[in-house]
Amino acid sequence: MSKHSSLPFIDIRGADLAYGGASADGLLALSDVSLKIGKGEFVAVVGPSGCGKSSLLKLVSGLHPPLKGQVWVAGETVTGPLKICGMAFQNATLLPWRTALSNVLLPLEIVEPHAQRFRRNRAEYLTLARDLLASVGLAGFENKYPWQLSGGMQQRNSLCRALIHSPELLLLDEPFGALDPFTREELWDVVQALWLKRRPTVILVTHDLREAIYLADTVYVFSQRPGRVLSRTEIRLPRPRTLADTYKTEFTDMTHALREQIATVHRP
Amino acid sequence: MNGVQKRLLPWIITLGFFVLWQIVCVVFRIDVFILPAPTAVIQSLYTFFGPIMANAAQTLFTTLLGFAIAVGFGLLLGLIVGASRTIYDGLYPVMVGFNSIPKVAVVPVLVIWFGIGTIPAVVTAFVISFFPIVVNVATGLATIEPEMQDVMRVLGARKWQIMVKIGVPRSMPYFFASLKVAITLAFIGSVIAETVAANSGIGYLMMAASSRFDVPLVFAGLLVIAVMGIVMYELFAVLERRITFWATRAHDIVS
Repeated sequence: MSKHSSLPFIDIRGADLAYGGASADGLLALSDVSLKIGKGEFVAVVGPSGCGKSSLLKLVSGLHPPLKGQVWVAGETVTGPLKICGMAFQNATLLPWRTALSNVLLPLEIVEPHAQRFRRNRAEYLTLARDLLASVGLAGFENKYPWQLSGGMQQRNSLCRALIHSPELLLLDEPFGALDPFTREELWDVVQALWLKRRPTVILVTHDLREAIYLADTVYVFSQRPGRVLSRTEIRLPRPRTLADTYKTEFTDMTHALREQIATVHRP
Repeated sequence: MNGVQKRLLPWIITLGFFVLWQIVCVVFRIDVFILPAPTAVIQSLYTFFGPIMANAAQTLFTTLLGFAIAVGFGLLLGLIVGASRTIYDGLYPVMVGFNSIPKVAVVPVLVIWFGIGTIPAVVTAFVISFFPIVVNVATGLATIEPEMQDVMRVLGARKWQIMVKIGVPRSMPYFFASLKVAITLAFIGSVIAETVAANSGIGYLMMAASSRFDVPLVFAGLLVIAVMGIVMYELFAVLERRITFWATRAHDIVS
């Protein structure tokens, strides 16, 4: 899995991130984080709760500036919100007054060059959105409102919205955390298929070690607050991975190894 | 409860209210100067139908005009206040203070400024009804989920785009909820002004009637105001269900 180009797509060097500024009562969420992510790499970040995993996404996306250190994405220093991101959260955050189709179209109304072309090329974009919805199993639900969809369907819908404008960088903040195990495993396949097809760079924040190993090329374990990178594990399992793979010894051994590391972190 | 029963219920309860009122008046032999029975009120309504309708039209006109100004002004101010935390913090105490002033106390001032007639009624209806609209619209804007803002910001959305795409539609249920409150307040405002400083309108009619001790006519006036209030409220409730159906869906599931 080392076929990524030599220049890293994301390069974080010695970054601290704090909420509430540099003052003494500011809450330090990340401490001296350094990591490199190649273009098209699928990275998973695991760690105990409150370890600043979500803060890492804020740092990379430019939503929150680092207190110290530097962040480069696509060769440029991050100074404000990036415009190449797709984001999905644990909460699907769909707009209840828009249908599934219309929710997917939202980024195209904002992101250039789509926003300018949107009115004139509406039919073309509609086809694009319909195809994407169909690819995650939402064909026939285009005109349903979010509150008419199940939790799993809402999350599929949310993934489509994160991907419609073909972002180079996809940030997933525990997107399957609120779903039942069966739906969650179904969505792993959906995400894997989408990633294999489009190859965006992905950072997935999760609590689920099996999920991390199933999806990622590289798994980072973070320490408790303030979050630091404790370890980096490359997952060299062939793709596409299947649910059957998750019961093989190779897979379970890796899960145990990661579990061990997290347990160590938790010990005082 | 099935659909027909549910639809009949408000009528049955309203009718029951008047029947009870009638029974109380008859059984306790209450003087018509104290509390006229519904039959006496309806009698009066019939006798003075022409003047009552003419004055009701005047009240409806002043109320709707004041209300319309309140909607425009309230929506605008609500959007401004909701869009900026700084303006919100700065303006809020002034607005709360303004809203705390009893509007009856403002009417004499309005008379000094505008004289007696339609304008004080319109202005009173306006000042009494704009506050809930401002507060509700501002609340709808100010409570956009941070995650949703993040989703928009990493797409490169500007502040105004977040407001247009998310803030405004999101505040619509709040807006329509406030309209239902505001329209009934607007009636209170215009009638208050009419009782103090007008020569037409239901408020004026009631004052004139009470000075002649024509209590049934006073109650007829009250009844007409109540009916106008209900009709306008219902109108906005229907609009609300049509336009922001996505926010009131819980009711559909229950029924």
